[in-house]
Amino acid sequence: MEILKFITAGSVDDGKSTLIGRLLYDTDAILADQLEALHRSNRKNDDGTIDLAILTDGLKAEREQGITIDVAYKYFQTEKRKFIIADAPGHIQYTRNMVTGASNSNLAIILIDARKGVVEQTNRHSFLVSLLALPQVVVCVNKMDMVDYDEATFNQIVGQYKVLASKLNLQNVTYIPVSALKGDNIVNQSANMTWYNGKNLLEHLETAEIPVDDSAAHARFPVQWVVRPQTEELHDYRGYAGRISSGNFKVNDKVTVLPSGFSSTITKIELLDKEFDEAVAGQSVTIHLQDEIDISRGDVLVNSSAKPEVSQLIEADLCWMDTRALDTSLTYLIQHNSKVTRCRIQEVLYKFNINTLDKVYEEEFKLNDIGRIIIKTADALAFDVYQNNKANGGAIIIDSRTNVTVGALMLRAAVE
Amino acid sequence: MSKHNLDYLDELEAEAIHILREVAGQFEKPALLFSGGKDSITLVRLAEKAFRPGKFPFPLVHIDTGHNFPETIQYRDEMVARLGEKLIVGHVQDSIDQGKAIEQKGKNASRNALQTVTLLDTIAHHQFDACIGGARRDEEKARAKERIFSVRDEFGQWDPKRQRPELWNIYNGKIHKGENVRVFPISNWTELDVWNYIRRENIALPTIYFAHERDCITRNGQLMAAAEFLNMDEEDVITRRNVRFRTVGDMTCTAAVESDAYLIDDIIDEISASKISERGARMDDKVSEAAMEDRKKGGYF
Repeated sequence: MEILKFITAGSVDDGKSTLIGRLLYDTDAILADQLEALHRSNRKNDDGTIDLAILTDGLKAEREQGITIDVAYKYFQTEKRKFIIADAPGHIQYTRNMVTGASNSNLAIILIDARKGVVEQTNRHSFLVSLLALPQVVVCVNKMDMVDYDEATFNQIVGQYKVLASKLNLQNVTYIPVSALKGDNIVNQSANMTWYNGKNLLEHLETAEIPVDDSAAHARFPVQWVVRPQTEELHDYRGYAGRISSGNFKVNDKVTVLPSGFSSTITKIELLDKEFDEAVAGQSVTIHLQDEIDISRGDVLVNSSAKPEVSQLIEADLCWMDTRALDTSLTYLIQHNSKVTRCRIQEVLYKFNINTLDKVYEEEFKLNDIGRIIIKTADALAFDVYQNNKANGGAIIIDSRTNVTVGALMLRAAVE
Repeated sequence: MSKHNLDYLDELEAEAIHILREVAGQFEKPALLFSGGKDSITLVRLAEKAFRPGKFPFPLVHIDTGHNFPETIQYRDEMVARLGEKLIVGHVQDSIDQGKAIEQKGKNASRNALQTVTLLDTIAHHQFDACIGGARRDEEKARAKERIFSVRDEFGQWDPKRQRPELWNIYNGKIHKGENVRVFPISNWTELDVWNYIRRENIALPTIYFAHERDCITRNGQLMAAAEFLNMDEEDVITRRNVRFRTVGDMTCTAAVESDAYLIDDIIDEISASKISERGARMDDKVSEAAMEDRKKGGYF
């Protein structure tokens, strides 16, 4: 069985929480005592049915205000798959939370209110999905019950979104007309929309392809920890512990250590009492090399035949996540896989107006702003272009005064 | 090239090992909080995978309420002996003796809440900068909001509105002196995932997880193990029942379920069919709608 991770995005009243509640409710993922608590809480819809939205709002302040403040993670399972939902707030001031949720997802569900069609928030969310390179999008045209399940309305919205999708270069988009409130086409096929012949939402989630990085050309292994027992019997044991972020490694592969550039050959791949001839992206293992090379946390092993970029000057997309604006005179920290080094934002090239998707030439970078910058790092980073290799192309910026994560970076190119 | 999809247990395992190694790499004085329950037992197995044949880069820390199931303590001591790792025990009784915590009164008295005092004292005394715990997001709705690296201030408080964004597989463990980070490597596991993993890895568990005969009393509609800590009186009728425990807290707040599940396979069948959530058997969660959130804000694990 596999795990599909997905995020849900939509404006405040598009019914996102109701959609998730409906998915959980109709797949029997809500247990009796939780259901009892749901009935106890007494929040009801206009038609007297229980309000499924409160299932997802875990914090007091959220229940008080009836909005979602922070990302919540929900789990459910069918016979075919396990699912992890990153339930991110749709509110404009929480763009950073959506970026957080989207960074770990394989698929995005974008909700559109059938009465309103594509709105500013749809642009914003779709832009973020494109920027974070989520491979798949499902557009759920929700509240179909409020437009009399009208096929023409649905088709019109699909037409609107197709324009946006091509502008953002979204390749893999599926459209489903739903009513989360009434349960149409979520887990059960709708009797009210016989004109729709596609899969319902759950069927789609159960069968959507989960992208795997199986390219041998991009083997990357950030070293997290050096295992050295230094006991009598294991005097010479030296293993490099980490998680393969992309590609695969085999025994006898020739590997290069970056940024130092030394090369060696893999002699053993192991984990506790198991040995592997080959280990693949996602696996946590311990790797042994033929030669004694100075390797420590923060270094990365790569296949010698396909090296990443190595640079101290990098062009990147930046999403700013802090209430203090970006200060180009300050030194920040950058964390890329297991490597942490100092950095400075050398230049702000432009920002995106994420409602119109236009470029704006402005120096100032405030909370939730997204744009293109050039960053200078104290030590060289060995990175891949984010769009091609998310695992080795994403990084965060930390404010060393507050220690808070203040920026998300999608690395794009070494600057000559 | 063939497509290599890791099985979901492999994927969850690899993610948890990655997180444990990040703790080792990022912190000076981490600790693994060990309660003797299945989740922290799972963490110990994951730590073996992350660091063997080396030693764990952290001690195990048990906050002992003094009201434990004897089976749990026996298991703990045997496990520590087998691993050859260091165990630090913080005693709630010490906090009470020092006047830092006051024993609850009345029939439903429990030391569960007092644990927080002892935990924070133990963290301060040993200057732990990271505490690894076995909490899972599926347990409870406030936990669903928790980051994998969760920063606590010098009072141990969790502030859900000030959580750091957590992107990709990058965990920011930078803190100021006096603060600490609670780390939850099995955040993304469900109760059933833990059981399936224990079965796959053939991990031994304390015997109270399996069906056995035991003296019980019924209190507030829940079946509790009869023990002197429970402030029992003549109203409490002891009956012999066939039970097992779904979670392991201390004896005053962990209810039993009637069960014939003698083997892991039976337990997995039982949980799969159950319509009650795991924490449905915890008295401490039923205090109010936000019981867990409030306790977490105060420094509870």
